[in-house]
Amino acid sequence: MSSLSEAKAEQPSILHTVQKAAADFGLPRVIILTTFIMLFVLAGIFNMNLPSFFGDVLRRWGMWGILVLAMVPSIQSGIGPNFGITVGILGGMLGAVLSIEMRSAGVFDFITNATMFGISTAMAAIVLGVFFASIMGALYGMLLNRVKGSEMAVSVYVGFSALAIFNIVWALIPVRTSTLILPATGSGLRQMINLTDDFGGAFDGLFRFQIGDMTVRLGLLSVFFVCCLLMWLFMRSRLGMMMSAAGSNPAYARASGINVDRMRILGTTISTALGAVGIIIYAQSFGFLQMYNAPQFYGFTVVASVLIGGATVKRARIFDVLLGAFLFNGILTIALPLANVMMPDVPGVPEMLRLIITNGIILYALSKAKGGR
Amino acid sequence: MTQDVFYNKVREIFFENKVVIMFAVICLFAFYHSGMTTTMFFNELFTRFGRNTFMVLSLLIPVVAGLGLNFGIVLGAMAAQIAMFLIVLWGGSGLLGIFWVALLATPIAIVFGYLVGRMFNSMKGSEMIGGMVTALFADGFYQFLFLFVFGGVIPIAATRLMIPTGVGVLNAINIGDSPNYMRQVIDNVSMLEILNVSFIAAIAFTAGMLIYKLAKKQPITLRGEGGFSKILLFLVPLTLAYIASFVIMPFLFFLYQDRLNGLVGVRLGAVTLALYNIYQIVQSKFVLKQETTPVRYYIYLGVAALLYAITLNTIIYSGLEHVGVPVFTYLLIAGLCFFIKWFMNTRLGQNMRTAGQNRAVATAAGINVDRTRVIAMIMSTLLASYGQIIMLQNFGVMSTYGSHTQVGLYAIAALLVGGATVSRASVKHAIMGVLLFHSLFILAPFASANLMGSALIGEYFRFFAANGVIAIALVMHAWQRTTKRKAVTA
Repeated sequence: MSSLSEAKAEQPSILHTVQKAAADFGLPRVIILTTFIMLFVLAGIFNMNLPSFFGDVLRRWGMWGILVLAMVPSIQSGIGPNFGITVGILGGMLGAVLSIEMRSAGVFDFITNATMFGISTAMAAIVLGVFFASIMGALYGMLLNRVKGSEMAVSVYVGFSALAIFNIVWALIPVRTSTLILPATGSGLRQMINLTDDFGGAFDGLFRFQIGDMTVRLGLLSVFFVCCLLMWLFMRSRLGMMMSAAGSNPAYARASGINVDRMRILGTTISTALGAVGIIIYAQSFGFLQMYNAPQFYGFTVVASVLIGGATVKRARIFDVLLGAFLFNGILTIALPLANVMMPDVPGVPEMLRLIITNGIILYALSKAKGGR
Repeated sequence: MTQDVFYNKVREIFFENKVVIMFAVICLFAFYHSGMTTTMFFNELFTRFGRNTFMVLSLLIPVVAGLGLNFGIVLGAMAAQIAMFLIVLWGGSGLLGIFWVALLATPIAIVFGYLVGRMFNSMKGSEMIGGMVTALFADGFYQFLFLFVFGGVIPIAATRLMIPTGVGVLNAINIGDSPNYMRQVIDNVSMLEILNVSFIAAIAFTAGMLIYKLAKKQPITLRGEGGFSKILLFLVPLTLAYIASFVIMPFLFFLYQDRLNGLVGVRLGAVTLALYNIYQIVQSKFVLKQETTPVRYYIYLGVAALLYAITLNTIIYSGLEHVGVPVFTYLLIAGLCFFIKWFMNTRLGQNMRTAGQNRAVATAAGINVDRTRVIAMIMSTLLASYGQIIMLQNFGVMSTYGSHTQVGLYAIAALLVGGATVSRASVKHAIMGVLLFHSLFILAPFASANLMGSALIGEYFRFFAANGVIAIALVMHAWQRTTKRKAVTA
């Protein structure tokens, strides 16, 4: 019997190889890829404007991309998928609010070119946002060092708590700009802040061109790609290598003289700072900054995105970010108009799909990560 | 006891109850600034206690079984709402209607609990994040069921329940009007009905026991194993009360009520607590002749006396005087408390405790850990579905897409406010937690309106309190676990 099984192991059949490749690729990813292709085919059958859709997919890809990219340093440094990206998002929101206040105070008045004006206000928001997010991220990283093994559950509720604290901040923060203030009460911030006078479309409008019905916002995508490239370079730097080593094998890393806890704090801080950048890029494309509880579940969305791309809770590559963000947003972008045509009576189909895909993929990753231990 | 030991003991008690003390201080502060009258406050608090406690108690079993805080109770709530919708559709009404809802919710909740339990077994150590994600995942399917399957796949004729297009269920389902009058039907069960039913049940049970013993030719004894003294302990007072309900007119009028006056209720509770503990002390001193009587009986006796003393205060007195406590709902909650206490001492309950403390030891002792965990999840989900039914009937309206979503957050936060942790929770924590957490819920908007000029801040604050207390509990748990692990490896 044993010799027979040995012989089998020596000569892997083609079928076996295919099966192994499929298992590596993962069942959910197969499902999602087929769903994506199927939706596109369906959209074609229903005679919908595919190029225009594809333009929207590209746009949402750029909108969410940097937030998804923020998962790479956190997963690689060993804290796992960062559900608490909300902390970084809040930092970014604070930066944006301050940038808007600066604009209305006339700080940017010396810039006369409209495009440059938008980009300057956006950059101010990003710099301020990254500043606040880095401080909060470092503190958050120190906290996560004390809860090794339960980072995910902790990070969800740390994110929610931070959101709740900032709700109070948003309601009490003294601001003077009319686009910020809630008109009904005359104090506190609005639910949705219009960014037309500020950095709304700052990068979207840059290098924007049409191919038929497809709009390509090259400015937006360039920002995303530049961030990916920087992250790729960082991951190949000495520091990035050390961080990945600390994440993948802490005991070995410690033995080779790497300060694992410090690397984890570094990963969390970078991830959180990227969250701040991400939300500003998102808001400038959306045209509005959504305050209060709006970003409560963004953490789940971005974690699911990177997992769809092929990451696990232990390892994430830039490629996973690119693929995951594209597939996830692709499905959701096409689902809405398609549902309107196919099931006009049913409201909220994209919301259902979003809930099922997001949380289904996270559950799958969780059950794979710690199976039966 | 020397001064030092006493000091340490006090510090220990203070430290053990730090969360409770902190929230009690916040609540007192909020009450002082809220400007609410005690009448308003107590009315609201007693209502909320009846509405929420059952749900919070459903969290206890998974904590003991080592699954942590069960964020998956949301699925129990979903089971209840699916059952509620179907029974409303089929024309259920009144207490019988609620009974059918509970009966239909049972198999659905068992299936949900089983599935979640199986899934949790494949992600041991990440059950809590798993539970949070599962709740959202299931919500997607729940929305699919209510927005598309009902009306879209299964044709539904009752247009009063559906969105005008005919596909999908309305946002709010009214169960407070005919033909589905189920609003507060559990709360409205009168004491007379409770007495009559329990009297008949007790008679039937005694008769059954007698017939069984006669058929088996066993001796009918008063004392010892299978003796009738314990049965008589229930039967005699019930019979007396039953007879009294025919003879004494004021007693009958009293029993006709379905709400107990708050003042009477609290005093009755204090007296019962005192009598129970006096019974225990007498039992331990004179019957069992133990050398040392546990101190906790004396403490509880003190608590009972204090509770009674508080009701003599004019402000509290006037507040409680106008509160109506729904008797049957409170009896159900009390029943569940006793059930959980009893269950934890059964063999299965003990197995759960062992599996919760150390899975390796439990497996070595021959306990099927995975099966025990699944059972714990099934029980929790089932109890949560009953809890949701109690909540829905109290509201009298079901928010189809919203009633279940926050259930996990608020129940878990309440339990933690009562001093529970991820690995340790009891009935006491649940009761204390509901009282404190919901006091905060009632008071925070009023207090913030007076202090900050906007009730909204109070709403944000209670949202923060709910999430913050969970975050802190999770951090504390993980922190202790890592330090323990370090201590073991060192």
